[in-house]
Amino acid sequence: MAFSTTLTVNGVKRTIQLDDPRITLLDLLREHLDLTGTKKGCDRGQCGACTVIVDGRRINSCLALAVSHDGADVLTIEGVADGDRLHPVQEAFIAHDGLQCGFCTPGQIMSAIGLIAEGQAGDDPERVREGMSGNLCRCGAYQGITEAVLEAQKALGAPSRRKAA
Amino acid sequence: MKPFDYVRPASVREAVAAASEPGAAYLAAGTNLLDLIKGGISRPSRLVDVSHLPDLDHIEDLADGGVRIGALVRNADLAHDRDFAQRFPVVAEALLSGASAQLRNAATVGGNLLQRTRCAYFYDVASACNKRDPGAGCDARGGENRLHAILGWSENCIATHPSDFCVPLIALDAVVEIEGKAGRREIPLEKFHRLPGNTPERETMLEPDEMIVALRLPAEAAGFAAHARYLKVRERTSYAFAVVSAAAALRVEHDRIVDARVALGGVAPKPWRAREAEAILAGARPDDAIFHRAAAAALADARPSGNNNFKIELARRIVVRALVLAAAGTPQRVPALPASPFAAVSGVAIHA
Repeated sequence: MAFSTTLTVNGVKRTIQLDDPRITLLDLLREHLDLTGTKKGCDRGQCGACTVIVDGRRINSCLALAVSHDGADVLTIEGVADGDRLHPVQEAFIAHDGLQCGFCTPGQIMSAIGLIAEGQAGDDPERVREGMSGNLCRCGAYQGITEAVLEAQKALGAPSRRKAA
Repeated sequence: MKPFDYVRPASVREAVAAASEPGAAYLAAGTNLLDLIKGGISRPSRLVDVSHLPDLDHIEDLADGGVRIGALVRNADLAHDRDFAQRFPVVAEALLSGASAQLRNAATVGGNLLQRTRCAYFYDVASACNKRDPGAGCDARGGENRLHAILGWSENCIATHPSDFCVPLIALDAVVEIEGKAGRREIPLEKFHRLPGNTPERETMLEPDEMIVALRLPAEAAGFAAHARYLKVRERTSYAFAVVSAAAALRVEHDRIVDARVALGGVAPKPWRAREAEAILAGARPDDAIFHRAAAAALADARPSGNNNFKIELARRIVVRALVLAAAGTPQRVPALPASPFAAVSGVAIHA
């Protein structure tokens, strides 16, 4: 049985025929849409490398069935820059050496964008670290990551703490 | 991954009908189920996707002062709902101490209640596990079992229940609303999870066709808001399951405890209510001596299931510490490291 799934990915509406309901959102992005910026680390929800923003919220795309997200709006690392102009979070990661090998970086950046939008962490480094704890970095660039998130938040203008649904 | 059919019902009634087929499983966010399917631990032949069902994603204040939480409310949305977190701060703190922001953004209330143990032998399909394969034996019994149960376990299963959320919920008398072929019914959460006994594969009171539609907290549960904490020891600072956790909630009037609630996580095959401890606390002055007596009572029946004797003393200490923190007053905001024993002692009390 084929499943027709329509997603808005980085602002572009895409309709994909899935021949198998087992395909995760991560595999759909990487294998069907050639958006390989989103990384497959553990594929079990433990490392955060696959973090994308779905309907405004950061989630692990490896633990999301693509077919279940029919109609969703998905933002991946490929969609955050404005042409040649990097996203403030990308700029901050470069400025603060928030990476070494770079494998976890797309997930870190998507998670940081999600964290800033959530507006829970403020300028407290402890809250930033806690809020980013779902993204592992085997190179141990955590110091730079925390600094980058704090600076990017300042650059973006921290939203007030959100009133949740 | 074993192949499965995928169906997306439009109503609870349709979902129940679709899930009545043998081999069917309900799918909500899938943060636990997809992991289990990838590992070959769960092998459903049909997934009934309930994540799009209408009207199950509301947090509703009830006329009697209680609150009703739809089964599809996301963990993060519940924890960050200001009214909810103000009235039930211990539940918000427990939620925020669990998993990661990404997982909390996806995982649902109903799914949290139904998550499976993280026992490594349950997850490893090459190991014997009575829960995964009834009658196969339990490799955890003679294996790496320092994190396993110290209460409520049986020779057939020593796995612990992993939920943080459920711990304050049972302390606060949460009720689970269920719908199935036979109609709607409700069960106190404390009676929802089963002890393993000889049937560790049967983890809850749900029949295969039944689904959770909502969770309720009674009005009285909000009476503990001023003195309620969740405390959780992990093997790393964040993003880890509990080695031992405790929820402590007190109602204090004129320097006396008029009502107390204590529950533990990470110690048993189900979230563990410590009524013996509550009975000792009721009517007493909140001081260290009574907290130690209550903690001793909470762990009176504990015994190691393996190389985990240390968890008994650890659990006593965590109960005492949770009670001390609860007595000091709920902080105005959930601490930067929710439920962490490394966090500074609470600041300004949330309620004067």
